[in-house]
Amino acid sequence: MAAYRRPESLAEALALLAEAPAPPLLLAGGTDLYPARAAAEAWGRMESRPVLDLSAIRETAGMSDAGDHTRIGARVTWAALREAPLPPWFDALRSAATRVGGAQVQNRATLVGNLCNASPAADGVPPLLALDAAIELASRRGTRRLPLGEFLAGNRRTALAPDEIATAVLVPHAAPGARAGFEKLGARSYLVISIVMAAAVIELAEGRIARARISVGACSPVALRLAGLETELRGMTVAEAPAVLRADHLAALSPIDDVRATASYRRQAAQVLLRRLLTRLAAPAIREAA
Amino acid sequence: MNAPPPRLPKLTVNGCDHAVAAPPDARLSTVLRDRLGLTGTKLGCDAGDCGACTVLVDGAQACACLVPLAQAEGVAVLTVEGLAALPMGMALQSAFQALGAAQCGYCTPGMLMAAMALLQAVPRPDEAQVMAALGGVLCRCTGYRKIIEAVMAAHRFLEAPAAVPPAAGAAVGSRMARADGWPKLDGTERYGADSAPADALWLRPIRSPHARARFTLGDMAPLVARHPGLHRVLTAADVPGRNGYGIYPDIKDQPVFAEGLVRYRGDMVCALVGEREALDAIRTDELPLTWEVLPPLADPLAALAEGAPPLHQRWLDNVLTTGRVVQGDAAAALAASAHVAEGAWQTSFVEHAYIEPEAGWAQRIGDRIEVHASTQAPYMDLEEVAGVLGLPHESVRIVPTACGGGFGGKLDVAVQPMLAIAAWLLRRPVRATWSRAESMASSTKRHPARITARAGCDAEGRLTALEFEGIYDTGAYASWGPTVAGRVPAHSTGPYRVPHVRSRARAVLTNHPPSGAFRGFGVPQAAIAQEALWDRLADAAGIDRLEFRHINALRAGDSTATGQVITHSAGLAACLEALRPRWTALRAEAATANAGGGPLRHGVGIACMWYGIGNTGMSNPSTMRVTLEPGGRPTFHNGAVDIGQGSTTVLLQIAADALGLPANAFALVLGDTDLTADAGKTSASRQTFVSGRAAMEAGLALRDAILLRANAGPEARLALADGVLMVDGRPLHLDTPLEGTGRFDPPTTPLDANGQGVPYATYGFAAQIAALAVDTELGIVHLQRIVAAHDVGRAINPLLVEGQIEGGIAQGIGLALMEEYLPGRTENLHDYLIPTIGDVPVIETILIEDPEPLGPYGAKGIGEPALVPTAPAIFSAIRDATGAEITRVPALPHRILEALPR
Ligand SMILES: Cc1cc2nc3c(=O)[nH]c(=O)nc-3n(C[C@H](O)[C@H](O)[C@H](O)COP(=O)(O)OP(=O)(O)OC[C@H]3O[C@@H](n4cnc5c(N)ncnc54)[C@H](O)[C@@H]3O)c2cc1C
Ligand code: FES
Ligand code: FES
Repeated sequence: MAAYRRPESLAEALALLAEAPAPPLLLAGGTDLYPARAAAEAWGRMESRPVLDLSAIRETAGMSDAGDHTRIGARVTWAALREAPLPPWFDALRSAATRVGGAQVQNRATLVGNLCNASPAADGVPPLLALDAAIELASRRGTRRLPLGEFLAGNRRTALAPDEIATAVLVPHAAPGARAGFEKLGARSYLVISIVMAAAVIELAEGRIARARISVGACSPVALRLAGLETELRGMTVAEAPAVLRADHLAALSPIDDVRATASYRRQAAQVLLRRLLTRLAAPAIREAA
Repeated sequence: MNAPPPRLPKLTVNGCDHAVAAPPDARLSTVLRDRLGLTGTKLGCDAGDCGACTVLVDGAQACACLVPLAQAEGVAVLTVEGLAALPMGMALQSAFQALGAAQCGYCTPGMLMAAMALLQAVPRPDEAQVMAALGGVLCRCTGYRKIIEAVMAAHRFLEAPAAVPPAAGAAVGSRMARADGWPKLDGTERYGADSAPADALWLRPIRSPHARARFTLGDMAPLVARHPGLHRVLTAADVPGRNGYGIYPDIKDQPVFAEGLVRYRGDMVCALVGEREALDAIRTDELPLTWEVLPPLADPLAALAEGAPPLHQRWLDNVLTTGRVVQGDAAAALAASAHVAEGAWQTSFVEHAYIEPEAGWAQRIGDRIEVHASTQAPYMDLEEVAGVLGLPHESVRIVPTACGGGFGGKLDVAVQPMLAIAAWLLRRPVRATWSRAESMASSTKRHPARITARAGCDAEGRLTALEFEGIYDTGAYASWGPTVAGRVPAHSTGPYRVPHVRSRARAVLTNHPPSGAFRGFGVPQAAIAQEALWDRLADAAGIDRLEFRHINALRAGDSTATGQVITHSAGLAACLEALRPRWTALRAEAATANAGGGPLRHGVGIACMWYGIGNTGMSNPSTMRVTLEPGGRPTFHNGAVDIGQGSTTVLLQIAADALGLPANAFALVLGDTDLTADAGKTSASRQTFVSGRAAMEAGLALRDAILLRANAGPEARLALADGVLMVDGRPLHLDTPLEGTGRFDPPTTPLDANGQGVPYATYGFAAQIAALAVDTELGIVHLQRIVAAHDVGRAINPLLVEGQIEGGIAQGIGLALMEEYLPGRTENLHDYLIPTIGDVPVIETILIEDPEPLGPYGAKGIGEPALVPTAPAIFSAIRDATGAEITRVPALPHRILEALPR
């Protein structure tokens, strides 16, 4: 493959990828790739892989309602998500979209790039885990769908095969009237990588929680759903939900000490964020400010 | 797969089409700058973190450093150079100029472009909209408040008439816009990376990734042969003169290129010189470089331990310098005190994080060398370059480029010595720009300090004694370490009467980056300890914290711990009095807010500071010159570098009023060591006071010469009419040029072994209040307001003084709450956090003018004083809100949570 290609169709992109002698670098908005390049070059580690730029592929543009799910194409940026008239269960994702980087990053960075980069602190992951989103992967061999939790294999590791491209995120519809929210904690106001974040999607039936889906990010190699908490919340009223939360619901988290915070702080902050999130979602008809 | 036919990418920038011969994945930022010559777009990180490179791509703001050229094809790109053609763009620039929204100007193009994206959609935005739109652009100088103001006001400048410049004699005290302001707004200002000749080669340093290691370099010939564009590899053996530099004439301990041993991560091993593309392709692991990694001394306590290996043979105990102030008998006075408080504090490395990384270029002209670089100290650069080349001073010319922020970090040389060596040996212009990671790894930092202190007061709250012990991690080389160790004990009491003092600060060498000069030279760290003690003593004595400080404030006639009697201009009591009503009101508001309960606890804190202007007990003269050619304009030869703080404007205001002509009548000659006299370095808050006084003398001297020639009396009015000088309405025709020179060296005396003497001719004083809320469940601080009262002697330009105060406060906020440089771990601007536009609250500035008789028109300095009280005031407020004593700085959320009383 030439040093740089920017195909306009998926077929062409998949062909280039399949025929490339060595796996090229897949480029979307570049907001993870270019900084990584700068960091490596600063210490003399030059990147010499060819680049396959996915930003012109027709088939991956835009969002659409596909009947039982929403399809978010791989080219969709955070800014587009931020501005889109999406149903209320997207409020957590939309809130994340307003908090990723600054306007410059939101304008160019893609949601799918955020997922494929697979950072433990990726703001897109908790909201999508709480929506049971799947990722669509295409290759010349065909197309497959993986639940996001399976696609994300670890810190900066995914299940993407060398000949595959992620083409979309698929988000199943939630019950009408579902409530969703996102909390992000960072050490400054803008341009900040999360110390902890939490997302929740709550569906109600007859005034009680029919399904609660709750996730916490930046406290484990891949953000986690809190299954125990979700089960306990079923059948409660939203007003009762915050008091249900206990430390042992977060036992599966495995936070680490790093430059941003200590592990024990993360664990404690996660619980506080979750409690506040559940409290906020208990207030009726308040939609997450975008 | 068939290769597509070769085709040049096309770009549409500011309405013009360009075919660009650059790789399709090249960063748009480098294409704009290097291929199209549009250097108004600035680079600060190449990582999306600083936003200096913000341009509009298809109307939306984007970091040009993250946009591949190919993705910008076929869409309109707007850069700062295209702004003035749009009415709103021009209005925005005018608002920035009139309201002082640009200081060094390096972030300004990015700010303007981000603001433009907003204004195109929302012509009259509110504050929240401005913050959201500009949240992705960092500014290290302004504290953002004037930027917010300017963006909100931009629409008013669509039709506003141009501001009227101050008339003759009315410049001092006016809010005159920056004399050097416009080039910072239209993209024409030339910083270190903007002006090298087209044929310049590039220099790329190879630095140590290890904190302590021995290394050997093998034969470079195969590497050079493999890379045709690589012209030469420079090593220690190539240094023509002395392979060492350093701030002190007798301490040239930092090698240009290490000699087989590196002492910190970032130390220089060698440098590659050649064509840009060739250098960019060379991997470090291709070099014949072998390492023997040694265990580093990563902590000053380890370096002080018995048997620790010395960093340098010259300092076998790793103690670079010890500074001391002893007066009276502190131990006895403490024993006799009604109340005693004590504590231990630890602060972190703080990075200057000027948005402009170190950059410049050099060329050899015959047997002279010229270095053009971003600097705070041209004459010190001149000495260093002469030293490493083994040349006499006359053979070196330093031409400072515009400086995109310094804060002390550009007092040390960076690119200068190695560029000079390369250009000298290769006889070609050579340029260099550090990457952000390289800048952060290699440049000096604020000293991390470990402080233990004990203080007492009597039953009436009068301070009795202070014992202070500071261990300052000075890193691998001396840099400004001795200055810090000297300044700290002299300031350790803060601006208060403390009769008995025993104070010591030691600068200890470690395998860390060199700690150098950073706004305040160690004093901000000491102020954290001292102000925390005062809070505790005030509580113990049952006295309001503001009143406690008022009782103890140094006043004219008082004697300091160094035995100096302050005769004039001690405005601390006036600052506190000015703050008193705000203090009372804010405390009442906090009490009301707390009455409701909940996890958010409100608090109000206060802290004071003093700051000696100029060098500590050392001569630091400045010379200024004003000339008048027959038939010409007066020319102000000003060698003081304006690093954004505004000296070009302030000194002009002073010289203009002294001469008696309007400031806009002057031509300016700035910085160049061939054309201006030594004004000393831009540091220690000294330019307004020291160079200002010299500028005043120069203006007065020229005025005297004119009046003598015109045979006019001292009250005569000067004017320029069509290039002719008028004295009292009569033309004065000159046949020879006239000149006025002014020199000022503030009167000080060296400190003796007990730190007694007159270290500074004058001091700035200030008090600040911080009002905030602490989220006691998350350890997050929400700053609500800072009220700052500063005694500046005389505000030569209140607009610029406010800008210094707001910028200093922003840095103080960073120091207090988020900034922690960890070598190898926070070498970028996303792991190392500085305040963004959303992190600086409303700032109220109160200027106190207690004139300093030695200063020009009564002025003192403001650069550093602005930062010193902020962090202690914030910690005072956190304690007020929650009872948490902050002893580990920065107060990151997890540290605050740990400090909360349980
Ligand atoms: C200043 C700044 C601030 C930031 N702040 C945040 C933040 O607050 N929160 C946060 O979560 N992130 C943040 N980021 C990271 C980044 O912006 C996001 O992860 C972004 O969503 C990545 O998208 P992109 O399109 O730019 O990806 P790219 O950089 O183009 O790619 C990212 C990775 O995904 C792969 N990839 C991209 N698209 C595909 C595809 N279709 N198929 C397969 N692989 C693909 C790439 O190969 C690469 O490995 C920030 C980045 C910057 C520069
Ligand atoms: S240079 Fe592009 S964001 Fe810093
Ligand atoms: S003016 Fe903003 S960085 Fe200097």
